[in-house]
Amino acid sequence: MADAIIQMKNIEKHFGSVIALAGVSVDIFAGECHCLLGDNGAGKSTFIKTMSGVHKPTAGEIVFEGKPLDFADPRDAIAAGIATVHQHLAMIPLMSVSRNFFMGNEPLKKIAGINFFDHDYANRVTMAEMRTMGINLRGPDQAVGTLSGGERQTVAIARAVHFGAKVLILDEPTSALGVRQTSNVLATIDKVRKQGIAVVFITHNVRHAMAVGDRFTVLNRGKTLGTAERGEITPEELQDMMAGGQEMATLEGSLGGTV
Amino acid sequence: MAETTQTDERIKEISAFRRALIRPELGGIVGTFAVFTLFALFAFDSGMFNSQGVMNWTIVSAQFMIIAVGACLLMICGEFDLSVGSMIGFAGMMIAVFGVVLAWPMWIAIIITFAICCALGALNGWIVVRTGLPSFIVTLAFLFILRGFTIYIPQTIERKTIIGGIRDAAEGDWLAPFFGGKIGQPIFQWLGDMGIIGVFERGTRAGEPVVDGIPMLIVWAIILIVFGHILLTRTRFGNWVFASGGDAEAARNSGVPVNKVKIMMFMFTAFCATVFAVCQVMEFGSAGADRGLLKEFEAIIAVVIGGALLTGGYGSVIGAALGALIFGVVQQGLFFAGVESSLFRVFLGVILLFAVILNTYIRRIITGER
Repeated sequence: MADAIIQMKNIEKHFGSVIALAGVSVDIFAGECHCLLGDNGAGKSTFIKTMSGVHKPTAGEIVFEGKPLDFADPRDAIAAGIATVHQHLAMIPLMSVSRNFFMGNEPLKKIAGINFFDHDYANRVTMAEMRTMGINLRGPDQAVGTLSGGERQTVAIARAVHFGAKVLILDEPTSALGVRQTSNVLATIDKVRKQGIAVVFITHNVRHAMAVGDRFTVLNRGKTLGTAERGEITPEELQDMMAGGQEMATLEGSLGGTV
Repeated sequence: MAETTQTDERIKEISAFRRALIRPELGGIVGTFAVFTLFALFAFDSGMFNSQGVMNWTIVSAQFMIIAVGACLLMICGEFDLSVGSMIGFAGMMIAVFGVVLAWPMWIAIIITFAICCALGALNGWIVVRTGLPSFIVTLAFLFILRGFTIYIPQTIERKTIIGGIRDAAEGDWLAPFFGGKIGQPIFQWLGDMGIIGVFERGTRAGEPVVDGIPMLIVWAIILIVFGHILLTRTRFGNWVFASGGDAEAARNSGVPVNKVKIMMFMFTAFCATVFAVCQVMEFGSAGADRGLLKEFEAIIAVVIGGALLTGGYGSVIGAALGALIFGVVQQGLFFAGVESSLFRVFLGVILLFAVILNTYIRRIITGER
């Protein structure tokens, strides 16, 4: 396998006296879907915020495309190609899909020396990108509010990909979605991965992780319990590692077979 | 199941009616038609639709439009400014203080007044984005602060609350006619000669048209509406205005400089208030401490009638301008129709309530039809 696009080496993050991350190492490769699993409070959010430039690690090193990485803020990370899609706070419901898609990256065209928003270009690109992702819009001026939760996630993912993301961090994209919408998002993840983009998929749902993941890293109480390849590990084992206990195993039996 | 079918049965056909309904200007357009139809039926012979009558309600509407444009953009980016009325009084008083009391050239007085008022707008905005307090409270404080100064300053230096002599002070100034002047006199003279509009029949001005030109106030209203509309719908900045009001946090995540946008819109609102104030003092020739009273609410009402959501993120400058037009036509129309003028307030309250209810319904349609 080629060199990792992003390497997190022994990352530690302390908030005052609280140790949120106690030495986590993960390698992420282009074109893979790397699932980051963990229960609430396991340190998933802190970990991805460190990766996306929101937090600076207390100790440890991040290597991005072979170079040590030192982001001052998330804007640097976005410019370098590390994009985060948050479960909420990604789309503005009252605005059209095309306006949302280009929010913060509006295409411009000059008319008489003045920069105007190039709506034609924006609409065309939005429609094309949405079609690629399998979403048929009524029109580019359709408000995002009329899309389902899964479609909104897909728009946000398509947007990140369009603007040159090399590493796409998805923060619990499926946790608030129904079955059908979840499968739409998982299908989108699959499409993005096939374009050679590294996808970091954060979830606490083992079923969702198993559906698309190539490799799986489990975080528990600020530590990693290792990374497993697809096929090396069963959903039951993952579930046990996340919970760090046995009682889930019995519950798992009754949940088996459902997503 | 993951694949979306290409014909896509999920996209419900949207009726033309609903499609029209989610345009923010709809309420304004319907209201404008209704209002004109009503007055054409009941007040046609009252002089409301001859040249003076038209000019009368056009000027009043243009006044509303000027402040509505600022209030509209500010509301779309998610904030209010309740200090607009006080700002109008304050700006007028500044013109009088600089131009009359200190006897500076009028153009310097005008430029400095614009600078001071825009700075105050920026201060409003800066406090709002820094503290995270609702703009309602911050600008309410400025409503009182500015009004207080507007009364205090002339009281202290001139021992009165109205300072006159502005027209004399503005005589021969190059900048003042941009606010107090008129354009298109030859056209009106020609229209008068042709007998299309009324002319004076007696007196020293016999033969001159009664309406002899378009006041700059109206020109400013048109300029600001066109500017605001293009800015909002056709530029990158306009997208940021919508985004800042729609969801500030999501906008920030996408790299929109939300704080900058909001501060600039507070400054623009202050700019509009100052335009209003300068036009007004040039017309009246005096500045009064009570000018602009309640204008902030009138601006907000015009914007809401025009289809903007009080919660931000949605609205239209054209809509706000139509809201202002309805406002002006009804206020003056009731006078022409001989209706007791206090009923205007009743009308305002009713139409405001109606507009807000309609807007809330429309919002539900846009954000998911559930």
